[in-house]
Amino acid sequence: MLNGLWAGMVLVGIIYGSVAGNIEAVSLGALDAAKEAVSLCITMVGVMALWTGLMEIAGKTGLISQLTSGIGPVIRWLFPDIPEGHEAREHITANVIANILGLGWAATPSGLKAMEALAKLEEDRRSGSRYPGQPQGRPKGTASNEMCNFLILNISSLQLIPVNIIAYRSQYGSVCPTAVVGPAIAATAVSTAAAILFFKIADRRSRL
Amino acid sequence: MKILQFLSEFTIPLVMFYIVGYGLLQKKNVYEYFITGAEEGLKIVVRILPTLIGLMVGVGILRASGFLDFFGELLGTLLGRFGFPAELVPLVLIRMFSSSAATGLCLDIFKEFGPDSCLGMITSIMMGCTETIFYTMSVYFMTARVKKTRYTLAGSLLATLAGIAVSVLLGRRLAGMP
Repeated sequence: MLNGLWAGMVLVGIIYGSVAGNIEAVSLGALDAAKEAVSLCITMVGVMALWTGLMEIAGKTGLISQLTSGIGPVIRWLFPDIPEGHEAREHITANVIANILGLGWAATPSGLKAMEALAKLEEDRRSGSRYPGQPQGRPKGTASNEMCNFLILNISSLQLIPVNIIAYRSQYGSVCPTAVVGPAIAATAVSTAAAILFFKIADRRSRL
Repeated sequence: MKILQFLSEFTIPLVMFYIVGYGLLQKKNVYEYFITGAEEGLKIVVRILPTLIGLMVGVGILRASGFLDFFGELLGTLLGRFGFPAELVPLVLIRMFSSSAATGLCLDIFKEFGPDSCLGMITSIMMGCTETIFYTMSVYFMTARVKKTRYTLAGSLLATLAGIAVSVLLGRRLAGMP
């Protein structure tokens, strides 16, 4: 899917650019974007390292497992097939909490770890029953139900207070920068509810 | 509303204080853990970089070619019939690919129409309740080595559309429009 999409973006852009006479802008745009990606990563390195450092402390001192048992019931309801005590649960919890607090940079590392843990779980499912009562594994390279559900939940946006937007609003002279907080929470609640409803149904219909 | 501003200013320091303080109470070597974790952060960024370059080049080409403006206008006239403001179509499209490019467009809207205008309100809410679908999907699935993404895109688009619809409704209400 991503394969076709990416190729489509490149090809359509080049064809449209040459027809519309923007081909010079296209080559500049491509080179600039590549450079921009690297400078973005350089800024990202510092913030990311800060958060993975803090997350490591929170993980090693048992803070995250404590939180996991705190919101455990919710995670268990969202991902019923992840075995009790599997590491994927802890990473998903850390990711969800970071997202709710609006710490996007802190959410990415735990999100990636959650995906790795889910891939490992899928591997175990394929190779037989390390965990009894598990659904059958899917073929290699195919997303498991948990992966799809986790990503949809993530993309539905969980952030409660849009901190950056509030800052931009006051920067551009808003009379009341925080006026959007209530509506943003409502909109986030609706999009997350839609996400959960969708993947609960899709999950049930696609059981192997 | 003061409380909210206070909260958003204090989230990061509070989280840091809580994590470090909790570690010290457990009599753990928090600094050593921090360094180990930070090292992992570097590796993660290096792992994300290729995906990021690919995606940003794709978006860069589409934007520079003028195709996005063309497509946005087309979609805008179409969606305008359903009451969706055409000025926001490029933002919605870009928002799915790149957070930084979307922030740029968002600031343009604030500059041109003001953050308290109807468009500004809708933009503010929308930025808070949507995520970069394609960026998140490609980075996360790359990590899990997954090619077949099944129902992820459909679900993500549905959630995003729901968020956008609510943003438009509430943004109009907030700006005093019917």
